[in-house]
Amino acid sequence: MSSKQESMDVSVWRGDEQSGRFEHFEVPAQESQTILDVVSWIQQHQDPTLSYRYACRVGMCGSCAMMVNGVPRWTCRTHVKKVLDGNRLEVAPLRNLPVIKDLATDMDPFFDKWVAAEGMHHPSKTRDDPIETINPESADRQVANAGIECINCSVCYAACDTVSGNPDYLGPAALQRAWTVYNDAKDADKQLVLDAVSGRGGCHNCHSQGSCTMHCPNELNPLDAIAGLKRASAASFFKRRR
Amino acid sequence: MIRPHRAHALWYAFLLHRLSGLGLAVFLPAHFYVLSMALTQPDRLDRFLSWSEQPIVKLAEFGLVFLLAVHVFGGLRLMALEWLPWSASQKTLAAGSVAGAFLISTTFFLQAV
Repeated sequence: MSSKQESMDVSVWRGDEQSGRFEHFEVPAQESQTILDVVSWIQQHQDPTLSYRYACRVGMCGSCAMMVNGVPRWTCRTHVKKVLDGNRLEVAPLRNLPVIKDLATDMDPFFDKWVAAEGMHHPSKTRDDPIETINPESADRQVANAGIECINCSVCYAACDTVSGNPDYLGPAALQRAWTVYNDAKDADKQLVLDAVSGRGGCHNCHSQGSCTMHCPNELNPLDAIAGLKRASAASFFKRRR
Repeated sequence: MIRPHRAHALWYAFLLHRLSGLGLAVFLPAHFYVLSMALTQPDRLDRFLSWSEQPIVKLAEFGLVFLLAVHVFGGLRLMALEWLPWSASQKTLAAGSVAGAFLISTTFFLQAV
């Protein structure tokens, strides 16, 4: 690093959705600096009232996602030098979610949709039954495994234009969870999952724009999971009509 | 406006499919109206057909064929993407072989022309 410390021009969203605006901060550039480091530096050195959310700082908890130069990202694992536009950075709250204050969004709609999509375990056994053996190499388990590393960061939800166009749409994360549950051999109510994801806000709203898969920080493929739900729910529809 | 989160191939493919679909949706009612003149007003249809010999209309027909081709391939792409449970590498191979077949057949076609 040069002896004279360089600084970046960082615009940060302040306030709520209606009356908010971008505020500019000069932030010193450092080696191996993440976006979360920049936001924390502003809060610690320039304005202690800046609100934002984070917990683990290592890409496990999914709390710190924000819009960085217009793209949803996990800020704790996003290096400044990867996204710096000249000398400028723009940090905003996640799209498609209500803004509480500054960079903190209300995640309730996101998690409510996980429940609405039946993205939960429906037990097939009681605690008194012996544990079912699952072959990790089986085709169903492989498909279920593909989605289990989701950290609920809502990056896919913020990237999705179908969510912006239709507030009822369950969104990529909830649907991917439903697909995982659907392929779990230990899940007892697959038809309940299919019914939950094929209604008004369900998987058939997806336009396959692929922004979810493009921006998922864990390199998961919600687009593929939603296509799987489309196939499964269509097959179930024709089977039931027969 | 193409905002930064949309700057990737699949989103552009969506945009192309949507715009070509809208273009065709605007064209089709006019197309059926003109065709219906064969039954209701044959003289007017003949006048329209001679008017449509103009170079600018011929040029517009290229645009129309382009929209149709783009929309057909976009639809096939969507059906393959959503209805065939292929892995990413299988999709890449399939897209590559379609592109290769298109290249070879177009070469033969251009030589025939």
